[in-house]
Amino acid sequence: MLAEIGQFTLAIACMFALLQTVYPLYGIYARQQNAIESAKMLTILQFVFVSLSFVILSYLFLANDFTVTYIATNSNSALPWYYRLSAVWGAHEGSLLLWVLLLALWSCAVAVMSKRLPVESIARVLAVLGLLSVGFYLFVLLTSNPFLRTLPYFPVDGRDLNPLLQDIGLILHPPMLYMGYVGFSVAFAFAIAALMEGRLDSAWAKWSRPWTMAAWVFLTIGIALGSWWAYYELGWGGWWFWDPVENASFMPWIAGTALIHSLAVSEKRGVFKSWTVLLAISAFSLSLLGTFLVRSGILVSVHAFASDPERGLFILAFLILVIGGSLLLYAVQASKVKSRGRYRLFSRETMLLSNNILLIAALIVVLLGTLLPLVHKEIGLGSISIGEPFFNSMFSILVVPFALFLGVAPFVRWKRQSINELFKPLLHSLIIATVITLLFLYSFASHFTWLALMGVFLGFWVLSCTCYELYLRATHRFSLLKGLTKLGYSHWAMSVGHAGFAVMIIGITMTQNYSIERDVKLHIGESIRFEHYDFHFDAVEALQGKNYTGSVGVFTIKKDGQYVTTMKPEKRIYTVQRMPMTEAAIDAGVTRDLYIAMGEMLPDGGWAVRIYYKPFIRWIWFGPLMMGFAGILMMLDRRYRVKKVDEEEA
Amino acid sequence: MANTRKMLTLSVPLLLFFVVCIFLFKGLYSDPRKLDSALIGKAVPEFILQDIYDENKQHDASIFKGKKMLLNVWATWCPTCYAEHKFLNKLAAQDIYIVGMNYKDDRKKAIRWLTDLKDPYKISLFDKDGMLGMDLGVYGAPETYFIDSKGIIQYRHVGDLNARLWNEELKALFNGMQ
Repeated sequence: MLAEIGQFTLAIACMFALLQTVYPLYGIYARQQNAIESAKMLTILQFVFVSLSFVILSYLFLANDFTVTYIATNSNSALPWYYRLSAVWGAHEGSLLLWVLLLALWSCAVAVMSKRLPVESIARVLAVLGLLSVGFYLFVLLTSNPFLRTLPYFPVDGRDLNPLLQDIGLILHPPMLYMGYVGFSVAFAFAIAALMEGRLDSAWAKWSRPWTMAAWVFLTIGIALGSWWAYYELGWGGWWFWDPVENASFMPWIAGTALIHSLAVSEKRGVFKSWTVLLAISAFSLSLLGTFLVRSGILVSVHAFASDPERGLFILAFLILVIGGSLLLYAVQASKVKSRGRYRLFSRETMLLSNNILLIAALIVVLLGTLLPLVHKEIGLGSISIGEPFFNSMFSILVVPFALFLGVAPFVRWKRQSINELFKPLLHSLIIATVITLLFLYSFASHFTWLALMGVFLGFWVLSCTCYELYLRATHRFSLLKGLTKLGYSHWAMSVGHAGFAVMIIGITMTQNYSIERDVKLHIGESIRFEHYDFHFDAVEALQGKNYTGSVGVFTIKKDGQYVTTMKPEKRIYTVQRMPMTEAAIDAGVTRDLYIAMGEMLPDGGWAVRIYYKPFIRWIWFGPLMMGFAGILMMLDRRYRVKKVDEEEA
Repeated sequence: MANTRKMLTLSVPLLLFFVVCIFLFKGLYSDPRKLDSALIGKAVPEFILQDIYDENKQHDASIFKGKKMLLNVWATWCPTCYAEHKFLNKLAAQDIYIVGMNYKDDRKKAIRWLTDLKDPYKISLFDKDGMLGMDLGVYGAPETYFIDSKGIIQYRHVGDLNARLWNEELKALFNGMQ
């Protein structure tokens, strides 16, 4: 009964979403104030009903109702409650339900938190969001209903969940990613509403900026979490694989990053407006495209010979309607937009434009790399695969101008900047960056490579420019300490975000250039030594877990003779499924991770052991965390909190 | 006039999007036969799987070492595998060492299949949950991996093996492996 109610509330939510689209637009057309104002209430109702539906599905999971097909295939009664709960979004149907829930949540947030915006604008934005929701509700209800029953022959227990998926990282990172993906719908809706209204001004940029930033923060942290999960759980020691699913989340991120920068220009200077709108449309379109690629199975995990194109076809039709429709609207309406601001060749505006151009180039690289295999095959050239080398070399090239400009840009003023003024700060930053780079490589690098020199230098260049700019700005009118406290949140946001990028670049460079991966055979009592570390294989102990048995290796790690730690990698055999799982031991540190995974016991009594030394790999995730934190700082900036004051000024 | 030109420029994203859509649409119905695997040039991942005939017998990655061989992924729910099976028997008759991996399937059905259609596999692994399949990045059945004598994956073929494909390219590839 409950499952039917869940399906019913979902259908009601769909109805409210439809009303949320139609009624306010009718109100605007017919000049009926109460119809316009109803948008907020309808949005809230839509959210209430879809939440009910989601709560019901979660309850069914917790109650082990295996009469529901989706639950029987994705959960079982032996799972702890939190894995049963996370299994709600563990597969296709449930993750789409999560998607619509989050879309409703964002819409609801817009409805509740935008009291200061004109009612009519908000009604338009909510109408656009409602239309998106309708599309997804129909998709869920017609092709991917999680509430379908297995009656009359339901199983006594569900399928066992893959141990790989029983992990905290997997509980957290999809909802984060989805919050980001779906969050771009708000920026998209603002852009479409502004196009419909024919009113693209800096007020529009200002309204959509915090929303875009919020979505971007979620996406940034979601991607970082996913990368971290892949690192510690998959046991390959890698942190990014350029596979289509990762690319699907990376593309909206790049577009979003370009968008938050271009919004800054549109808000402050009133230029680049039609470009910003295009980016807002692109960021969300790429989220949709990502969903299509992942959910249609067109690029991954498809069962090639019996694939069911129905779902894919539905999303494709939806894509064409939404993206095609908005780009058409864009082509017609954006041509009416006129930019008034003037700026010289060397100005903050052009610096941000170059940021956008480089980001778009990166976006095109990822898009091509992801789609080209598909295109290549369709035009009859056979299948090709674009792998890591392509992406890595393209990104190594693009990051050079990107980071160089990134260092310079914060020094540059709006409108115009004389080059002479910049000479001193840039020279100072250059000297500081060079010295630190050399010291850094001298202390941490085992050998010299040009790539490492370049990467580390770019990182420190951005860092020293950022710090120097903060220093200049702070001491402009006050003493250093007082000046630092006087800086606005959004200035701090810029500095912290850029520093986060620098930290990430340094992490990536060091990890890519100085990692050591060894597959060795060790007998008990033997040891192996590299990079000043001694790995001594002390013993193998028997392991007895709740639903597994196995062996655990004991390793003593010493650095230059000094005891560092004891590491215990496990080799588990899950008793029911006879499935072996490797639980690697990781000793994390600021400057390096040590990583040991146990392989098989060999006939002569030795063990196959995999040992990794990963310098500065934590920085790869710490950088994005800083960027996420920077995004939060920016949203806290005074001008988004005290909107009334600003509007009067404007 | 200027406005029209501007509008045309602004239509470029729309046009590009439609081009992408055409490919996406075709991609939905296409049949990815040849795909590279992320594991090419790497060893077969570690695993422990039961033998298809005997629950108590287990195999691990060491079976891939010592000679070059094919690893064929198949299932009884896969009609293409049925078509492919005859050709695998022919290959086995030519002394080509083939390891079978029964993928996400039912043990009884699989044994009946092998008994009825003749068993071309020297060793048959039973990957009920698709764990090894997941590690290998299997898209579906059938798929065949070319593994050299050191246990390194050299090539991945998605789709069925047949006489034409074998004679045209795959045979040379197999013979060329160490």
